[in-house]
Amino acid sequence: MSEIIRAEHLRYVYNPGMPDETAALDDVSFSIEEGDFVGVIGSTGSGKSTLISHFNGLNRPTSGRILVDGRDMWSSGEDLRSFRFLVGLVFQYPEYQLFEETCAKDIAYGPRNMGLDEAEVQRRVQEAAAFTGLGPDLLARSPFELSGGQKRRVAIAGVMAMRPRILVLDEPAAGLDPAGRDTILSQIRDYHEKTGITVVLVSHSMEDIARYANRVLVMSHAKVAMYDTVERIFARAPELLELGLSVPQVTQIFLKLRQMGLDIPTDVYTTPYAVKTILKAWNARHPEHPIPLEGGGVHAS
Amino acid sequence: MNTKPMLQVRDLHFRYDPEQPTYAVNGVSMEVHRGEFVAVLGANGCGKSTLAKHLNAILLPETGTVLVEGMDTREEDHLYDIRQKVGMVFQNPDNQIVATIVEEDVAFALENLGVPTPEIRTRIDEAMKMAGIYDKKDKAPYKLSGGQKQRVAIAGVIAMRPDCLVLDEATAMLDPRGRAQVMQTIRTLRAAGISIVSITHYMEEAAQADRVLVMNQGKIVMEGTPEEVFSQTERLKSYHLDVPQAAELRDQLVAAGLPMPENVITPEACAEALFQLLQGSPA
Repeated sequence: MSEIIRAEHLRYVYNPGMPDETAALDDVSFSIEEGDFVGVIGSTGSGKSTLISHFNGLNRPTSGRILVDGRDMWSSGEDLRSFRFLVGLVFQYPEYQLFEETCAKDIAYGPRNMGLDEAEVQRRVQEAAAFTGLGPDLLARSPFELSGGQKRRVAIAGVMAMRPRILVLDEPAAGLDPAGRDTILSQIRDYHEKTGITVVLVSHSMEDIARYANRVLVMSHAKVAMYDTVERIFARAPELLELGLSVPQVTQIFLKLRQMGLDIPTDVYTTPYAVKTILKAWNARHPEHPIPLEGGGVHAS
Repeated sequence: MNTKPMLQVRDLHFRYDPEQPTYAVNGVSMEVHRGEFVAVLGANGCGKSTLAKHLNAILLPETGTVLVEGMDTREEDHLYDIRQKVGMVFQNPDNQIVATIVEEDVAFALENLGVPTPEIRTRIDEAMKMAGIYDKKDKAPYKLSGGQKQRVAIAGVIAMRPDCLVLDEATAMLDPRGRAQVMQTIRTLRAAGISIVSITHYMEEAAQADRVLVMNQGKIVMEGTPEEVFSQTERLKSYHLDVPQAAELRDQLVAAGLPMPENVITPEACAEALFQLLQGSPA
């Protein structure tokens, strides 16, 4: 795998020189490998949104560098616009940005701006619609006639249709009911698995991060507090709580069991893995009536 | 002591467009008692926010009645009393804050009502303490976190000394700490005898309520204690809902053959049940 995003001592200051000058990013360094699914967590105001808006040049670093695909978009001779196609950004509540008369036209807006020919634009629209589960009947309708969850999927399809190499989503499931949440996040995971595209997902739901991401970047007070695999991050529950974050409910259960004095692992963060861990503990205590463990005992949901 | 229910909804029907056949709320009857914490769950578009807006006369029934301590919301003479008794807090804290200093924002409604200044001081101090933002009273709201801002909004409502607080997805935009802070405030208010109606997509929050109502297509389709409601995983999923992760784990362990007790829906209860099963050393 190769590095697709690299931040070097990234610093970003809002209102520089004014009395309310604040550093939203302060000495932020990390790198993301191509094909990773990175979850970004952090309390309100920790710098998450400021960070992701650097990925495609919406914000220019006050100091430090951001490299995307090995290139610095702010160095002379670089075409900033090309980074907007390389990195697809889906903002919070993206459905407010829909404007075309049909969903198909709205999804086609990005690819058409890339200067692609009409046949290719249509191919992209169909592909993105398939990824987000939007059928032909929906594509022909006005986005304003759709439900909140459907509109959200149209907006995400519009970004997918540009075939970015990095898809960045800021709280894509906020405000949706549990089924709508699962639908959107599973579609994003399938898209990631099928295309191998790098995905960066910002979320306040630890359960969703645990289920979908393979690495987690934790932001706190404008800095990177932790950056590691999901299991290693959620094994650091006390520090996460200190940062105003939390751990998935299943992890809380295992931490409580450990506190009660039970000898049990605590690096458990998804339900299927929790079931296996508990059954193993049960079988160790009841070797005469073991309960068979199904599946392969992997960290997966 | 007033023995009338805090809120009483009888066969409520409402359409946003009377020319369309679909009802946003299609025959809902429910009651909320004094000091009770009721959570309302339901998929997007099921009518739960429409129901909430009937509870303090933001919307009025097409047919059926909504009574607030026995007062009909359709009688205009009661409007002032109803709005004072039932306060609402919405999803986005930034849309609910008007002043540049926290305590001025909390005092906004009281000032508009012409409450005498010394009385305002007492009431806003009490409200800010209850909402847990008293130490931020001199701050500018825009410098606060989402959870803090949402508690400023709650304090502004509490200062009106309502008997009931309706929260319409008030935690949806908050980070985990902000959600925990608002839930703590809800527990404080309930302990002070204020009824709470909370509309939410977070099953973990509903698990802390006294009673849970589930809405689907404008109707109430399930009602009971959190334990009763969250033991019906398949049915909840058919309404686009879910169960808290602790309940999901319990269900899957039972399916695998482990003798887990019923009514396990919180991490605490789940850990306790597992401890009973697993304590003692491995053989």
